Amino acid sequence: MNYMPKFDRRTFLVSSAAAGLSLGFHIPFSDEAQAQAATPEVNAWVVIKPDDTVVIRIARSEMGQGTRTGLAQLVAEELQCDWSKVTTEYPTPGQNVARNRVWQNFSTGGSRGIRESNEYVRKGGAAARIMLIAAAANEWNVPASECRAENSVITHQASGRSTTYGKVAEAASKLEAPKDVALKDPKDWTIAGKPLKRLDTAPKTNGTQIYGLDIKLPGMLVASIKESPLLNGKVKSFDASKAEGKPGVRKVVQVGDNAVAVIGDTFYQTKTALAGMPIDWDGGDNVKVSSDTIAAMLKEGLGAEQAFVGNKAGDAKAALASAAKRVEAVYTYPFQAHATMEPMNATALYTADRCQVWCPTQNGEAALAVCAEAAGLPVAKCDVYKYDLGGGFGRRGMSDYVRQAVMVAKQMPGTPIKLIWSREDDMTHDFYHPISQCKLTAGFDTAGNLAALHMRISSQSILAYVFPQNLQNGMDPAVFQGLTPNSPEGHFGYSVPNLLIDHAMRNTPVRPGFWRGVNTNHNAIYVECFMDELAHAAGQDPLAFRQKLLAEHPKHLAVLNAVADRAGWGKPAPAGIYRGLAQFMGYGSYVAAVAEVSVTNGQLKVHRIVAATNSGHAVNPAQIERQVAGSFVYGLSAALYGECTVKDGRMQQENFDTYEVMRMDEMPKVETIVMPSNDFWGGVGEPTISVAAPAVLNAIFAATGKRIREIPLKNHDLKTA
Amino acid sequence: MIKLTVNGKTQEVDVDPDTPLLWVIREWVGLTGTKYGCGIAQCGACTVHIDGVATRSCSIPVSAVTGNQITTIEGLAQNGTPHPVQKAWVALDVPQCGYCQSGMIMAVAALLKDKPKPTDADIDAAITNICRCGTYQQVREAIHAAASA
Repeated sequence: MNYMPKFDRRTFLVSSAAAGLSLGFHIPFSDEAQAQAATPEVNAWVVIKPDDTVVIRIARSEMGQGTRTGLAQLVAEELQCDWSKVTTEYPTPGQNVARNRVWQNFSTGGSRGIRESNEYVRKGGAAARIMLIAAAANEWNVPASECRAENSVITHQASGRSTTYGKVAEAASKLEAPKDVALKDPKDWTIAGKPLKRLDTAPKTNGTQIYGLDIKLPGMLVASIKESPLLNGKVKSFDASKAEGKPGVRKVVQVGDNAVAVIGDTFYQTKTALAGMPIDWDGGDNVKVSSDTIAAMLKEGLGAEQAFVGNKAGDAKAALASAAKRVEAVYTYPFQAHATMEPMNATALYTADRCQVWCPTQNGEAALAVCAEAAGLPVAKCDVYKYDLGGGFGRRGMSDYVRQAVMVAKQMPGTPIKLIWSREDDMTHDFYHPISQCKLTAGFDTAGNLAALHMRISSQSILAYVFPQNLQNGMDPAVFQGLTPNSPEGHFGYSVPNLLIDHAMRNTPVRPGFWRGVNTNHNAIYVECFMDELAHAAGQDPLAFRQKLLAEHPKHLAVLNAVADRAGWGKPAPAGIYRGLAQFMGYGSYVAAVAEVSVTNGQLKVHRIVAATNSGHAVNPAQIERQVAGSFVYGLSAALYGECTVKDGRMQQENFDTYEVMRMDEMPKVETIVMPSNDFWGGVGEPTISVAAPAVLNAIFAATGKRIREIPLKNHDLKTA
Repeated sequence: MIKLTVNGKTQEVDVDPDTPLLWVIREWVGLTGTKYGCGIAQCGACTVHIDGVATRSCSIPVSAVTGNQITTIEGLAQNGTPHPVQKAWVALDVPQCGYCQSGMIMAVAALLKDKPKPTDADIDAAITNICRCGTYQQVREAIHAAASA
């Protein structure tokens, strides 16, 4: 299963064919890359300059998660090059199209960056190494098998000769690529698997890192946009004269049927002019939509007859009917905004025969397809130049802001225009974490064993909105993330003889999207908090209760045991400190956490987190630790504060004053156990988010006896009665 | 025309006096290391020093700082030598996406000027910048490292 926006290949091939795209068509590199293109590539992944600089091409986007460094480590490992000479560059989506998708998937989401491309990027590095060695061997007229490469130096021991990659790279580029390349056993890795420093840190400390929002092009103008504040509303009318003639304003344009933009010299001028311009909106029936009406619809789904089944064993309903003891609870999870630090933006330059976009995107190929569609030009006449993202978290897998930028630029051909969203635009026009409710019913037999579990999720489907073509007979398989019987992406670890996990799809007018962790976030709260409730109902320790049920899933159990051991579960905690735990599987990886909290006069403090991750292989353990620590910030921000509400068809939270997030003073100490079992490839950026909230919620119960079944915590009084 | 001194250089900019300092720095002066995050002084991505004091530049009109020394992230290094905070950030690999880090570094540099050896409580009170990637743990370590450098 794929959860993140995936390039729709079928649509794309059709439009490419219509454009008469021929293989080998060369789309020039962006300016920066063009200079490097003067050096011929050894292959698509590797360029080596005469001064031995190694340029590794990275197709996936860097948004902080460290994929650039990790992928470069994998290529460099097989290339056996000098790591200190490694730099990277992005090929463009247009080049990928023109070269028959030689770099394969650009989409960066679903924690797939490394796990899904590791094999072909390693093969790219290995093939380049073989070609470089062959080039040296040809020059020396010796068999390649007698030559060795290490640290960018090739040697022929028998004759004592040596050369460097930079000296033979041009000759290597003319050789045919080897057909079969063997990859190293990860046990022999010296660059991959090591906690190397990131390749992109220094520019992020001195202001020289260029984000999409910082792009400057000759003659560039800026645009501010106002999209309908009413859900799916349309522009009825607007009075352009109120903005025209204002300082710095060049043009007022309508953008599609739902937005108006002001184009001008600077952002402050366009934003101010736009704010002073009256616009009438038509919200249709959606003006009747509020959080209450949505909650009522979800509640109805909890008891609905019809539902899609995601996991089934035995006969849960019958077993529940005859259970000696039953426990029931209803949980809810709200809409949440991604709130990337860099608001959405894109810069577009349109002419009658070409359209180019410069932007931060998690999905370069989708952005290219949208660019071409909005421009009304063949894909071959468009390209997208990717910039590192000021946060992505799934938001920038969507290309709505790219489409808008092109639609604006099209109304001023020949002028590059940077479309900048305000924070308010960003927060009120997100693709939100889907809202859901869940009713859990469990039955114990007379011996006190968990005999039956029914988990009914009533929620909005992301796929139904974003990729309806990926629904399976109407069912959204992604809603069962971490709950399926056997998906390698994330399966349910608990063995319950009579099990039913089903989903009532209840879609709302609020557009949903992939939000870091996606459906694992609420699924883990539902399962792990309810397991805690069941342990207490059964009078058992929450760890022992889980261990017994996880016995058939040793990898789930291993991470749970690891955090319990490290945290000292079962031993007395410091005075006033209470513990909670959670485990889950997502994005192919196994994660668990113990949270230590105190609640004093209703004031929660999360003191310490012990977290474990088994991602199969650990390409850069230092970056995994950072992703895990960061996941607690993202996940606990959601648990403490994250909530977007709807009133009369409008999203109510507009900025960080009403949509609060965690800051330094609330950051617990996070101890990360990186425990790769080295027998699979799992993701890292997302899985840990899922255990953050339930571990803390379970610890709050331990501290207060209060079972919080509805986040965010800001809406609850934690004072003990 | 408004007179402005940024990173030691004085220049005149033809700008509406109500324009927030952030946008003058970014769009008139042309220094883009100072970031826009919220526009309402909540997130701190736009933090600069005004006469050495950490200030959120998105919420102060340019007309209020005409006689002041403004330092941005681009002006933090001295004679090409990175500030100790920048060095600690590189040594501990603090940034993830990096977008908030200009503001974070400026806030920390001002803190260390006031309190060369801050406690964790000092850090909690002074550093209220938002980082959505969640680098807070590395930020704290790097502050202590910079303080003991």
